[in-house]
Amino acid sequence: MKDDVIICRCEDVTYGEIVRAIEAGLETTEEIKRILRCGMGPCQGRTCSGLIARIIAEKTGNNLAEIELPKTRPPARPVEIGILAKRDHEEDS
Amino acid sequence: MKKTADCVIIGGGVVGCATAYYLAKRGMTDCVVLEADYLSSGATGRCGGGIRQQWSTTENTQLAIESVKVFGGLEEELGADIEFLQGGYLVLAYTDEDVEQFRKNVALEQALGLDVETLTPHEINERVVPELNTDGVLLGTYCPSDASANPFLTTQAYADAARRLGVEIDLFTPARRIVTENGRVTGVETDGGFISTPRILNAAGSHSAPLAATAGVELPITPYRREILVTEPLERFFHPMIISFSFGIYFRQTKHGAVLGGFADPDEPSGFNETSSLEFLRVMCGKLTHLMPVLRSVKVVRQWAGLYDMTPDALPILGPVDGVQNFFQASGFSGHGFMIAPKVAMLLAQLITGSRPDLDIERLGLRRFAEGVVTRDKSVV
Repeated sequence: MKDDVIICRCEDVTYGEIVRAIEAGLETTEEIKRILRCGMGPCQGRTCSGLIARIIAEKTGNNLAEIELPKTRPPARPVEIGILAKRDHEEDS
Repeated sequence: MKKTADCVIIGGGVVGCATAYYLAKRGMTDCVVLEADYLSSGATGRCGGGIRQQWSTTENTQLAIESVKVFGGLEEELGADIEFLQGGYLVLAYTDEDVEQFRKNVALEQALGLDVETLTPHEINERVVPELNTDGVLLGTYCPSDASANPFLTTQAYADAARRLGVEIDLFTPARRIVTENGRVTGVETDGGFISTPRILNAAGSHSAPLAATAGVELPITPYRREILVTEPLERFFHPMIISFSFGIYFRQTKHGAVLGGFADPDEPSGFNETSSLEFLRVMCGKLTHLMPVLRSVKVVRQWAGLYDMTPDALPILGPVDGVQNFFQASGFSGHGFMIAPKVAMLLAQLITGSRPDLDIERLGLRRFAEGVVTRDKSVV
């Protein structure tokens, strides 16, 4: 694959950047996410996490099935602050 | 993994990695950092990334002022981008109690050389953040040299620099027991085997208390969950971290453009709970729409939680402990470890290598709790 192929579309992270991170010792999806931001954008890694796991498997020789995907964090989809905002008159839940 | 080391550092957060770097820089290169998960997987990587010098105690203020000086040169020294930005901190007062306390804080901070000033609500809107809703705000204290940085990149930069100097960093290797003999440290039992060492640094955040207990050292540290959220990125339109202790909020806009912030729920029970709650999301969004109405249509993309390792006085426990020789302490940061990490790490490296620290931190030793002299820092958010 060419170095400049975009793997994380939300944060514009390329294949080359991910390969260099793995070569520098970041061998899990959680570490790569934190340093390169892939998976931190609006899609929360739905597009790139599986691809990154495959690149890790390819470069480290580890079994793809054993490579964990990053922990998913709420909200499942981006939601506007104004919609989420608790109003003063609402009871505590 | 090494079987012996001159020093074993437990905890791969910013404090552990920075101390490893400064130890190696001082010549103690035979160090091992043990991290139970990945780097900055604990409190460091879950924090807001703020670097505040405005505190109510001399200790925190001095450590923060000195750390800002180090942060300023860190990208050049470590050869890495850490997204360091000096956007300032704006602290909002809503009550008469706030006002009285802030006047004392500003006097203390100015005496220590900090560029902090008091602003009226009008001045806040005119000079610092036009978009801020200042209804109910009595005054603000503003320090333009307060800053922020990316905690992941900072920790990684320290770790990479430490590795280049010969430090070994073992990830996914939990420390299980600190082994002592005749009142001295002799080694650490880990999931990867035993490491023989004459000295350890306990920088394991909320996990530092159970770990210290394995060596018979009792630390008054209690974990509390703290939650935080981040939005989609926007063009940067405000620069300071905006915080209030009485309103209960802190938020900033990162270099990347996202708005990131949280608040501490005063009713949060102690414990190791690190799950996210819908209630936090809703209350936090309510606070944000009140203070910054323009954020109403901005989307939240992610929320998470982390642990504050709280001490009774909200000050860290640093340095040697009574009873176990060469057991060094660096935890109990109470929610502000990242911002004081550079100076704290330098001082610990001085202590561990047998030098006199260039800033007196004896007052921050574990012994203070036995002596019953506890002045709580009131500026914890």
